[in-house]
Amino acid sequence: MTVEARPDYAETVEHPMTPFLRMDRIPHVWCPGCGIGTVVRCFASALEKSGIDLDKVSVVSGIGCAGRTAGYLKLDGFHTAHGRAIPFATGLKLGRPELTVTVLSGDGDLVGIGGNHFIHAARRNLDLLVVLINNFTYGMTGGQNGPTTPLSARSSTMPFGNFETPFNLPHLAASSGAPYVARWTSLHVRRLTWSIEEALERKGFRFIEVVAPCPVLYLRLNKLGDGVQRMRYYHDEAEIRNGADPGDAAIDFQGKILCGVFVDEERPTYQELMDEHYGNVLGDDYVPMPLEGGMLGGG
Amino acid sequence: MSTFWRRPLDADRVRPPHGEVLILADRCKGCEFCVEFCPKDVLAMSKDFNRKGYHPPEVVKSGVCMACNLCETICPEFAIFTTTTPESPPAAALPAPVLEGVAP
Ligand SMILES: Cc1ncc(C[n+]2csc(CCOP(=O)(O)OP(=O)(O)O)c2C)c(N)n1
Ligand code: SF4
Ligand code: SF4
Repeated sequence: MTVEARPDYAETVEHPMTPFLRMDRIPHVWCPGCGIGTVVRCFASALEKSGIDLDKVSVVSGIGCAGRTAGYLKLDGFHTAHGRAIPFATGLKLGRPELTVTVLSGDGDLVGIGGNHFIHAARRNLDLLVVLINNFTYGMTGGQNGPTTPLSARSSTMPFGNFETPFNLPHLAASSGAPYVARWTSLHVRRLTWSIEEALERKGFRFIEVVAPCPVLYLRLNKLGDGVQRMRYYHDEAEIRNGADPGDAAIDFQGKILCGVFVDEERPTYQELMDEHYGNVLGDDYVPMPLEGGMLGGG
Repeated sequence: MSTFWRRPLDADRVRPPHGEVLILADRCKGCEFCVEFCPKDVLAMSKDFNRKGYHPPEVVKSGVCMACNLCETICPEFAIFTTTTPESPPAAALPAPVLEGVAP
């Protein structure tokens, strides 16, 4: 049954995600079989399930296909310069501590050009939820080799196969100090939604990697078929092992994809450490940033 | 004996949710995710074209949808969703559910 076939439905029944999406901008730009839309859907579902006040949530993206996500979510959204989603989010969170600040962007954006910001935000334990959509390539600019392209995979800049060792992202995040680290694929819609919901309840630098298909570039250049074939590969090769050592999570070309929540710990955030430290050193002269933001220093 | 294992003891009393699938055909980009992963094989790709030139899915097994929402959650285009309808027969009247493969 299509909604068009039942005009009464089209008028009375809305897609359940309507309150969370800028439906006037749908259909979105992503290609058929691209995994980014599914991740957006899971992110929106997690917001719904968490019952969080949407006026107190913001989403920050960088540049790239995955960087378009902020523009489709009905939240305060910021589409920042390439690689700079985390620095922007850092300022936003420190200036408005009451907000739940999330970052939703691509692998090239967050750990290629933005890699330095990524490791330092994890090291400082900034209170950010970072969801990284990993399609193993730079999709928007034509399938170039990126920091996550598996060894021997072809890309438009490595037509004879990639010889650079890619990042193992959960390992990178965990060894930089992130207290929450998880990986899923875009097939794991329920676990991904639940994991985002869980991460929304935690504090500090929370990192969720989502492996997702890019059919028109990564898959086409590697003759790996379409999006649905990729989802079957995730079905066959994803192995869920919660609590696994992130050091074991490297992804080989067409190899196993280790998924799960690898790290779930508590560690004081940057802001808590700052408040404690200056409180000790400066006593009453230290005025922490008010929750709703504002001027520092009482005047 | 095997029927004993497979059928919940309260099957004559518990009514499984019954869903109706709604497809916003013109939003679909024909990726087939919903068709491939529906655990009850409710959907198939239709031969029709939508306004954008893609084949949207269609319901081929009406009455078996259990409103699990998998199609809705996996669709990258926000083009399909389910609603729950109350008038379901008791589970005992239905064939035992066959849930193969993953429950993603
Ligand atoms: C400073 C700067 N350098 C380079 C670019 C070109 N550029 C745009 S998107 C992109 C890659 C994005 O890759 P990724 O984050 O993996 O996103 P995807 O498109 O794969 O989703 C690049 C290099 C840019 N916009 N700005
Ligand atoms: S180029 Fe790749 S990542 Fe970008 S929208 Fe298309 S399929 Fe998705
Ligand atoms: S998952 Fe969505 S876009 Fe893909 S075929 Fe089904 S309805 Fe169309």
